[in-house]
Amino acid sequence: MQKSSDRLPVIALAGSPNVGKSTLFNALTGMKQHTGNWTGKTVSTAAGQYQSSTFSCTLTDLPGAYSLCPQSAEEEGARDFLCSGKADAVIIVCSAAALEQTLRLALQIREFTGRAAVCVNLMDEAEKAGIRLDLSKVEKELGIPVTGVCARKKEGLETLMQAAESVLSRDDAPLQIRYLPAIENALSLLEPVLKPRLNGALPSRWTALRLLEGDAANLPIIDAVRKDPAVKTALFKAERYLEEQGLSGETLKDRITSCLVLHAEEICCEAVKNPGCPRSRNADRLLTGKWTAFPLMLLLLALVLWLTIAGANVPSQLLGTLLFRMETWLRAGMMRLSAPEWLTGALVDGGFHVLALVVSVMLPPMAIFFPLFTLLEDLGVLPRIAFNLDHCFQKACACGKQSLTMLMGLGCNAVGVTGARIIDSPRERLLAILTNAFVPCNGRFPTLLLLIGVFFTGRLNGAPLKTALLLTGVIVLGIWMTFLVSRILSRTLLRGMPSAFTLELPPYRCPQAGKILIRSILDRTLSVLGRAAAVAAPAGIIIWAMTKISIGGVSLLAHCAGFLDPAARLFGMDGAILLAFLLGSPANEIVFPIILMIYTAAGSLPEIGGLPEIRSLLLLNGWTGITAACTMLFSLMHWPCSTTLLTIRKETGSLKWTALAAVIPTIAGLLVCFLTAQIGCFFL
Amino acid sequence: MSERYLPLSAVSPGEQAEITSLNTLPPMRRRLLELGLIPGTAVRCLFRGPSGDPAAFSVRGTVIALRNRDSRTITVRRLPERRQEDAEIF
Repeated sequence: MQKSSDRLPVIALAGSPNVGKSTLFNALTGMKQHTGNWTGKTVSTAAGQYQSSTFSCTLTDLPGAYSLCPQSAEEEGARDFLCSGKADAVIIVCSAAALEQTLRLALQIREFTGRAAVCVNLMDEAEKAGIRLDLSKVEKELGIPVTGVCARKKEGLETLMQAAESVLSRDDAPLQIRYLPAIENALSLLEPVLKPRLNGALPSRWTALRLLEGDAANLPIIDAVRKDPAVKTALFKAERYLEEQGLSGETLKDRITSCLVLHAEEICCEAVKNPGCPRSRNADRLLTGKWTAFPLMLLLLALVLWLTIAGANVPSQLLGTLLFRMETWLRAGMMRLSAPEWLTGALVDGGFHVLALVVSVMLPPMAIFFPLFTLLEDLGVLPRIAFNLDHCFQKACACGKQSLTMLMGLGCNAVGVTGARIIDSPRERLLAILTNAFVPCNGRFPTLLLLIGVFFTGRLNGAPLKTALLLTGVIVLGIWMTFLVSRILSRTLLRGMPSAFTLELPPYRCPQAGKILIRSILDRTLSVLGRAAAVAAPAGIIIWAMTKISIGGVSLLAHCAGFLDPAARLFGMDGAILLAFLLGSPANEIVFPIILMIYTAAGSLPEIGGLPEIRSLLLLNGWTGITAACTMLFSLMHWPCSTTLLTIRKETGSLKWTALAAVIPTIAGLLVCFLTAQIGCFFL
Repeated sequence: MSERYLPLSAVSPGEQAEITSLNTLPPMRRRLLELGLIPGTAVRCLFRGPSGDPAAFSVRGTVIALRNRDSRTITVRRLPERRQEDAEIF
């Protein structure tokens, strides 16, 4: 690790998942990076600046990694960053509540460099659990500063950063962990040969261990050094020797890992003065019990939906009123500027109007759903959900964590797609991405709720309980389709076996209510809103244009609807509905307004009127119960919105998978609608 | 004597066992070892999911969930129950 005097020193934050690394990062840099109480939250490196009166540096938050031997792309990223020399020093974050487990990574990193400082976070949790630690013992064993910290309360941070500053100017002397005598002998055969050839680029003992394990750690230096004839001879001798001792291949790797684990245990025997009182098992017994798990989870889902729907009603109306008033001002303003008619029409009636509609419909539910989701995250409920549903996902050759991407997808499909990074295996990650659209996002709720209201409950904004239950039913159907399609994909396009799966179940934590609100609104809601607004305005202009352009006295919109009509009838819908879905690709919220607009031949998207008007309008245009059912089914299963597709393209880097992500739900939707339409015709 | 050896997947909630050997294939093998499941370690099965799979085990102070297909590859031997107070510190 080299230090450059021109730029600020770079300090990496490394640690196992779930040690509060991101909370620490936020506390040190003041950045609003998202944190959550389950393993797998930080999914890409984030950089921020730390500034105190005496010391400034750049902090890089690495993805959580259990070990420097990576099992996923994120862990590999963390390892590569640490071994690349990009960081001038490392702060290894450990958990006071799980010291032995989190110390293992510290030992691995310590074997690589001496420019490290340990931060023992979650001291408050340990205190609550009655755990007493003697950190001086850890400091003695590791030979680097060890600071106890509570990132949540911002305690101990100054001491930590002072320690970090002090290690920057240290000698880079890695720790020598004692291995079995046979391994030590083998290392002594290799080290003298490696040292002159590495010339300080990498620690020789660490490199010798990697060579014995056969792991090049993505470092070209190791590859180069391995080709050196003297190194080859020494390696051969060392391997021969180890074979005679009965330590070769997997056994050797086992022993090396075991030595590390036992070393961590030794340190903790000294340092942990009081292991603390046991965790309460009652919550887990309820949440994962044979008879209580699924009912509780369904109840939780219904509760979240009910709160989202009931809570978003009034704010949506208020926001809508406000934004539409702004629209009239805009129109007046443009008239005063003597803007041409078509420009006012395009920008105000088209662009702004649709933007206002999307924002007023989209913002309130998301502003309720995502904080609720974050609350569950902070509590620690989410890993239990992944735990419960893993069996079902195993049968689909997928991963239990897909249940969490599905839950995120309920808020917004694009968020669900990004969230798929919590899944280690690339194949299973793709499964989660491709099937995320089967879960209806907040944007599809209005269409579903309207149709439920018109055809099934008879009330538009009332009967929230019945509505929530029916919506839950629709979502459960979407979840069931996810399983089915995952299973089919696992047998065809994404063939493969279930991957290595371990899930850590951290203790339940008391969520920080205030911070949840701010974080989730800033992180998720507003960013999604921004993206949606960016696509909604142009879409609005296009739709407006389609109503204004006439061919033979009939608007382009009506022409397209008529064109699509015969095909749409096959699937229980009509041309207007299908066209609305197509034009609503940028934002699902506008699908139903477009349908109404086509029926009323209006010049712009109408406001959703009362129930009787909507019902009579629909019935007038030939709607039946089958039409409603098919429209709802197609709303559940059709191509993802444009924001989601762009996100998929970004996450997968492949046009092929993005195209498939659009095609698969569409085919499923068309099939199901076709069957429903035919069966419906048969019976009615 | 051989009845005392069983796969980890056969350990019921509440029972305690000591790991004797691992037959897991890489790369899962390495991950299990790194999580602390090395021979000689005492683990306790805490609870199972509603379908019996996966199961949560207490290992060296943390709770790790493992699928049966993976815990099946770990051989353990049952440990006699300790006193209730000791047993709960997991």
